[in-house]
Amino acid sequence: MNILVCIKQVPDMESRFKVNGTGDWYDEADLAYRMNEYDEYAVEQAVQLKEQLGNQPEITVLSIGADRVGEALKKALAMGCDKAVQVQDNDSARKDPWQIANIIAAFASDKNFDVIFTGMQSQDRGSAQVGVTVAEILGHNCASTLVGFEYADGVVTAKRELEGGVKSVVKVPVPALVTCQLGLNVPRYPTLPNIMKAKKKELQLVPVSSLLKEEAATGTAKLYPPVKSGGGIVLEGDLGDVADRLLGILKEKTTVMK
Amino acid sequence: MKALLVCEQREGKLLDTSYELVAFAERLGAEVSLVLVGKQAQAPQVAGKLYLADVDKYGEYSPELHKHIVLAAALKENPDYIIFPHSSYGWDLAPRVAATLRVGQVSEIVNIVDGQLEVSLCNGKLRRTVSPKGARAVLTVQAGAFNYAGQKSGAPQVEEIEISQGSSALQFVGYEPAEKKEVDLGRAEIIVSAGRGVGKKENVGVIADLAKAFGGELGASRPVVDAGWVGHSHQVGTTGQTVSPKLYVACGISGAIQHLAGMKKSDFIVAINKDKDAPISEAADVMVVADVLQLAPVLAEKLRAA
Ligand SMILES: Cc1cc2nc3c(=O)[nH]c(=O)nc-3n(C[C@H](O)[C@H](O)[C@H](O)COP(=O)(O)OP(=O)(O)OC[C@H]3O[C@@H](n4cnc5c(N)ncnc54)[C@H](O)[C@@H]3O)c2cc1C
Repeated sequence: MNILVCIKQVPDMESRFKVNGTGDWYDEADLAYRMNEYDEYAVEQAVQLKEQLGNQPEITVLSIGADRVGEALKKALAMGCDKAVQVQDNDSARKDPWQIANIIAAFASDKNFDVIFTGMQSQDRGSAQVGVTVAEILGHNCASTLVGFEYADGVVTAKRELEGGVKSVVKVPVPALVTCQLGLNVPRYPTLPNIMKAKKKELQLVPVSSLLKEEAATGTAKLYPPVKSGGGIVLEGDLGDVADRLLGILKEKTTVMK
Repeated sequence: MKALLVCEQREGKLLDTSYELVAFAERLGAEVSLVLVGKQAQAPQVAGKLYLADVDKYGEYSPELHKHIVLAAALKENPDYIIFPHSSYGWDLAPRVAATLRVGQVSEIVNIVDGQLEVSLCNGKLRRTVSPKGARAVLTVQAGAFNYAGQKSGAPQVEEIEISQGSSALQFVGYEPAEKKEVDLGRAEIIVSAGRGVGKKENVGVIADLAKAFGGELGASRPVVDAGWVGHSHQVGTTGQTVSPKLYVACGISGAIQHLAGMKKSDFIVAINKDKDAPISEAADVMVVADVLQLAPVLAEKLRAA
């Protein structure tokens, strides 16, 4: 069996974001980057599948971006992926989901992956398009938003999360692509020996120009911080003082403190 | 401008998101037609043409078949926009339709600003207007962002729709109902919720203690539930419960769209967060910039003394 995991590197969401000079993306300087949270579940599920199948399958992990994505790829290797592919693109933030999906599909098209794992969305863009679009381009079966994954005899049994705690169970024959949701599993921490081993694993570099043939289907008009709805009171300072002021406000403005 | 709205039903019930699409299309100023895989009895009660495919024949959700049904309706209507709710149904189906038509998709639209489609990014810390490049586009609309204010009393003009594609490789096995509720947050007057910012399971007690001092219930954001720190019935948000208490206190919660959707109708919202810019500040009546693990015990003590 042959497995592909697609991961993205995203800024830590607790960062302070500034709009860049051209007004169409956030300023990437001074941000701390990490593996997209949803993709960590994807990597973990791929590694669990490999373990279930007696460590036979080979897992390729792919990321598109500037050289810094090597860090995310190394983490995936240390978690148990076998080889890494960096699609070199210093301008990946300006590619739209359609182009990103096409890059991945172009890479995967001649490699016979049985199962492809992606996150359900990225934490920065949140478009929830790339995984499903890759499946559509490749003609693979696809289930999105997985909170449960089982594999037996060429069929994935997936538990999809719907709204309000309801789930739906679907059976998906391979070749299949699944997109992973929060809570699917508990991603492992890479151990020191595995981090050392990962250093020796293969990292293949592929220029984006060799894979991308599509124009963007959407474009960013403008990027800006949310307009503050205003009126909100901000309390800061000494804890005791803040607590007193908060209780004062609650007494004045709500009916629950009687 | 013409819009084809993809309505959504589950187990015999039309979902309210279908009406939100109508509200969104009104804001766009679009002429509307609808498509639904369901039964006539579930048809949304609005004017316009409804393309109806029989759910018994095509299945509750079979991506391949539903895709071809939407495409068949689109072929008849030739709409500028094909619009889905941004739900487990919409985000699964929309990219399939967009990819087949080779058109752009704009996901999870939260607003229309100067005629442009606005979406949120970086967990709500930034906003972006996105424009599709071609003549036609697929859109998904954030749940709860557009409220339908009209009467639910119109009657669409129904046209049955059939497709020749017969089967789908993906097999729907069934639904699994939500877990039984330990707490009914829907009735609580005061909810104090713990988010990932509380750091670890042991610290949830500090927030539970504050909830008790307020005489309220303990709520939680999703990561706290996923990590197993509290049960699912405490979860507030799109995949948890929708609540509207008199007071909602969000402790160490960033204010992601899916959490806000579950609690923004609360009468009064207090957020306690280390990060002054956390997106929850937009929804909060009072934003307390503090380490919640330090503030919560002080607050609980003062409440008990009062
Ligand atoms: C389809 C889908 C459905 C979802 N459904 C839900 C849902 O129903 N409910 C839900 O909540 N989420 C849901 N989510 C997840 C959602 O996108 C966010 O990931 C989640 O809400 C984040 O939870 P959080 O705010 O607790 O954590 P984070 O986003 O990690 O935020 C933690 C916050 O704590 C603050 N903080 C850290 N330490 C401290 C401290 N010591 N004192 C004070 N503040 C501190 C930080 O500044 C930060 O703002 C869903 C996601 C998807 C894709």
